[in-house]
Parts: sequence; C-alpha cells; structure tokens
Amino acid sequence: MIDNLAIRKEFPILNRIVNGHVLAYLDNAASSQMPQPVIDSYNNYYRTMHSNVHRGVHTLSQQATDAYEGARDRVQSFIHAKSRKEVIFTTGTTDSLNLVASSYGETFLKEGDVILVSNMEHHANIVPWVQLAKKLKLVLKVIPITESGELDIVAFDSLLTNKVKLVAVNHVSNALGTVNPIKELAQKTHSVGAVIVVDGAQAVPHMRVNVQELDVDFYAFSAHKMCGPTGFGVLYGKESILSTMPPYRTGGDMILSVSFDEIKFNTLPYIFEAGTPPISQAIQMGAAITYLTGIGMETIADIEHQLLVYATDRLSQIEGLRIVGTAPNKAAVVSFVLDGIHPHDVGTMLDEDGIAVRTGHHCAQPVMDRYNIPATTRASFAFYNTTEEIDRLVEAVRKTIGVFA
Amino acid sequence: MSTDRMKNLYQELVLDHNKNPRNFREINDANHLAHGHNPLCGDKLTVYLQIDEQNVISDVSFKGDGCAISKASASMMTTALKGKSVDEANVLFHEFHDMSTGKLDLSAQPHHLGKLAVFSGVRDLPARVKCATLAWHTVQAAIVGEEIITTE
Repeated sequence: MIDNLAIRKEFPILNRIVNGHVLAYLDNAASSQMPQPVIDSYNNYYRTMHSNVHRGVHTLSQQATDAYEGARDRVQSFIHAKSRKEVIFTTGTTDSLNLVASSYGETFLKEGDVILVSNMEHHANIVPWVQLAKKLKLVLKVIPITESGELDIVAFDSLLTNKVKLVAVNHVSNALGTVNPIKELAQKTHSVGAVIVVDGAQAVPHMRVNVQELDVDFYAFSAHKMCGPTGFGVLYGKESILSTMPPYRTGGDMILSVSFDEIKFNTLPYIFEAGTPPISQAIQMGAAITYLTGIGMETIADIEHQLLVYATDRLSQIEGLRIVGTAPNKAAVVSFVLDGIHPHDVGTMLDEDGIAVRTGHHCAQPVMDRYNIPATTRASFAFYNTTEEIDRLVEAVRKTIGVFA
Repeated sequence: MSTDRMKNLYQELVLDHNKNPRNFREINDANHLAHGHNPLCGDKLTVYLQIDEQNVISDVSFKGDGCAISKASASMMTTALKGKSVDEANVLFHEFHDMSTGKLDLSAQPHHLGKLAVFSGVRDLPARVKCATLAWHTVQAAIVGEEIITTE
C-alpha cells in the first residue's frame, strides 16, 4: 500500500483539470513536476535577494552568492562527490555532455581512437559523440542491447580493447527503464585506461547515487527531472581529470584576470562556468534536493518500484499490448506498443481522459530501430503517482483498443 | 469516446479508412512519386501518381505506416484525387491545409473538400495537424518532382 497523499498535496499541478478530468501525470521521465517548497524558493529569491553572484560587495550579492554556492554544496553531498570543485553547473544534461565532448574529447582524443556508445542512449549522449568522431576521425562503436533491453555485456567485453579511450552510457535508459551496472562498466572501462561518461538524467531523481562508489569519471544530470527547474543541470567530473581540461566557454566569471596580452583562468569549478550563471535555477535545484532528501531517496525508490510492479502487472494483462524493455533491473518506466494502433493515437486518446504520457521515439531513435518500431507509448512514474492513476491508464488503454479494433 | 472533440477526430469514416486503407499499393509505372516523413511521429509514407498527358491524375496510391490520422488521411486523399486534374489537386491541397490549420472556416467559406472535411477536428489538436497533412504535402512534392519531403 502506497501512502503518498501528503506528498501529493505539495504538488499544486496535480489538482489540475485536463479535458474534464483530474490530471494523471505519467510523463515524469520527460520532466517531473515541482512541489510548493521548490516553487517558493524561486519566489523567495526574486523577492528578497536577486542580484548577481561572485561580484558585488553589497549585501544582496553576498546573499545570492551564498545561496548559489550553497546549492553546489547540496549537490555535492547529494551525489557524494569528493569535492565541491567537482560539481560544475550547466544548463542541463545535454550541456554537460557537450562540455565533456568538447573540452575533454577535443583535448585528449585523437584520430583512430575508439569510443563506445551504447545502443540505448538518449540523443543527448549520441549526437555529441558522433559529431566529435567526425571531427577528430575517431572510430565510434555501438554497444548492442539484448532483446529484454539490457546492455550486452559479452559484446561490451569484446569491444573493450586497448584502443578504446572513452565509453558513453546512461545509468538508466529513458526509453526502456533499464538500470545499467555502472560500477561494473566503470571498472572494466578503467581496466583499459579509458574514461566513462555517464548520462545520469534518469537515475539521479529515482535512486541514491554515489559517484565515488560508482567510480565514474563524468556524470551528468538535469534539475527538471528531479522536481527542479528547466535550464539547469550538473556535470560531475573527477577533479584529477577536470583540472587537466581547457575551458569550454569563455567570458566573465571564469577568469581571474584579463588583459589583452594575458588571461588567467579561474579555478575549478568556475573555469567551466562563464557568464552570469542560472542563479535562481541553482537555488531551486538546491531546494529540490532538500525536498527529495526530506522524503528520502530510499523511500522514493521504494514507492516507484511498487508503482512499476503494479503497472507492469496490470498492463501485461491487456491482450495485444507488448512492453518494450523488460530488464530485471528497471526504473519506473513502462514503454509499450499496441497491436495495430499507433502510439500517437494512443496519446491523443489518453490525453482526452486527462492522462499525460509520452508517445514517440523518446529522443532515442536507435532504440526504436533496435526493436523495429517507429515509436512507443511510455508511462513513467514518480513518487507522487498512485495506483489509481495506473488504473485510469489501464482503463483508457482498453478503451483505445476498443475504438481502433 | 469521452468528448465531442474526440468523436469529431476519430469518426467512423476515419477509423474505417485506417483499418481498410484504399489504394494501399504501389504503382509500378508511376511517373510521379515522393516519400513523406514526419520525424516527430515516425510516420513514413510513399505516394505514387500516374499523371497523363492532359495533366489528369489517372491513378494514385500510397504505401507506408503511421498513425490512424495520417493513414486515413492518405487513404481518403487517394480516393479524392483520382480523376482530378493537377490544378484541381492543388486547390484541394490548399483547402485541406487551411482547414487543418484553422484558416478555412468550412461553414462560412466555399470549398471543395466534401468528405475530407472529416479531418477538420485536427485544428483543435496542433500536435496532430502534421499527421493529417503529411500525405498532402507528399503528393504536392510528387507533383512538382521533389522526391523526399519532411514535415519538420
């Protein structure tokens, strides 16, 4: 029995009426909703302390700087980074991965080097590597996935030669829900002297993540998938690696001194944060972490696992429905296809009943190609969802089948 | 069906053309052909045309896969275009496009859409306009000789 009514009350949007029905928001893998304390933190920032950070000597600037840097400390302890210097603020996972491809990739990779990218990646963890490979004449090889949607470890082992210099993989697949064995992959990657870059966007909101325990070199995630704002994310990188990398973007705040003859760059993490940063977003990210840890990541993972089990069980009973992604270790994502009914028709039918799901290729076209399908319907759950909402989903899917049969 | 909006979109006629698409075949000796792609949905279809010396569409067909709206729209388009001149087809294309995007008020303005008016409901669902118009954009491309079009 899931007891999350008190939690639900903190999310004003969950009371919204959509097409005559109370919203059932099952599109959390695309973007999660925001609880009142995180909304309030934005309000509070602009009402009481808005100013620029790292610049002024006035009170507001000092308070804004403290709040902004306080968010970095919260991120550090949330993902168990060794040092706050290892927490780079970015505009999101996509920006974080581009930073690695551009700054690390262009400095340390060279023609003929092999990089491995998994077949279950989001486009954000594909496109920067494909572009980099073209630019530097790298050899990009794809780590295949099995029918159930797991990374093919046997194939990975055989692809992992001494020529491999970088491995890019997600912690949790947005399209399939698969949780990848990052610790094991990191260990193997390091055994050939390569670095591992992890897209953690779908993992950080749903489970306890310890970057030191995982021993990853880079780990990227976004605020808007963890009850925070859009336009903000994090790149974690090991200090020993970050400290060897050149700046990604240049301008104010990332420098110590500037003349036309000589520029001295700032230290970590600021060397990677040019210009006025997304200050209110960082503060909201901090508030989101406080909110999530207040509930407890174990509790969140437990609620979401119950929702996954319930949804998987109920949806599997529908004749003509096939779940895509059936790995034993999954986050609360259920992608499915219906015989003879296109996901976009399903999405429109569900929306009519106030149920929000994602339909399409989920920015993971290679995953769709792998299963030879154009798209799926995806229900993805958060700790504020209920079994009643899943019942509504099941009923609406049955109704859809009835209409198109 | 929960609301009028939904009834309006997925009418029996649309559901029937989705299930039993008409002219769903290749034309081997087609003298015009184009591939249409809606990257957002993954809808893909190919439109085949046989246009004679008098500029009349003597045969038209399609193949491909997509949602009910795109498939039914393609199917009904082929039945509407067969025997029409290229000029008449162009008129229909523009009227269909304007209806889907809400620029043509069917009750107030004259038009030649006939049964194709069944798709007027998509104007309330901006995400689905591309589904309804894909086949029409593709046929337009085939007529002018572009081989591949995308709705993006």
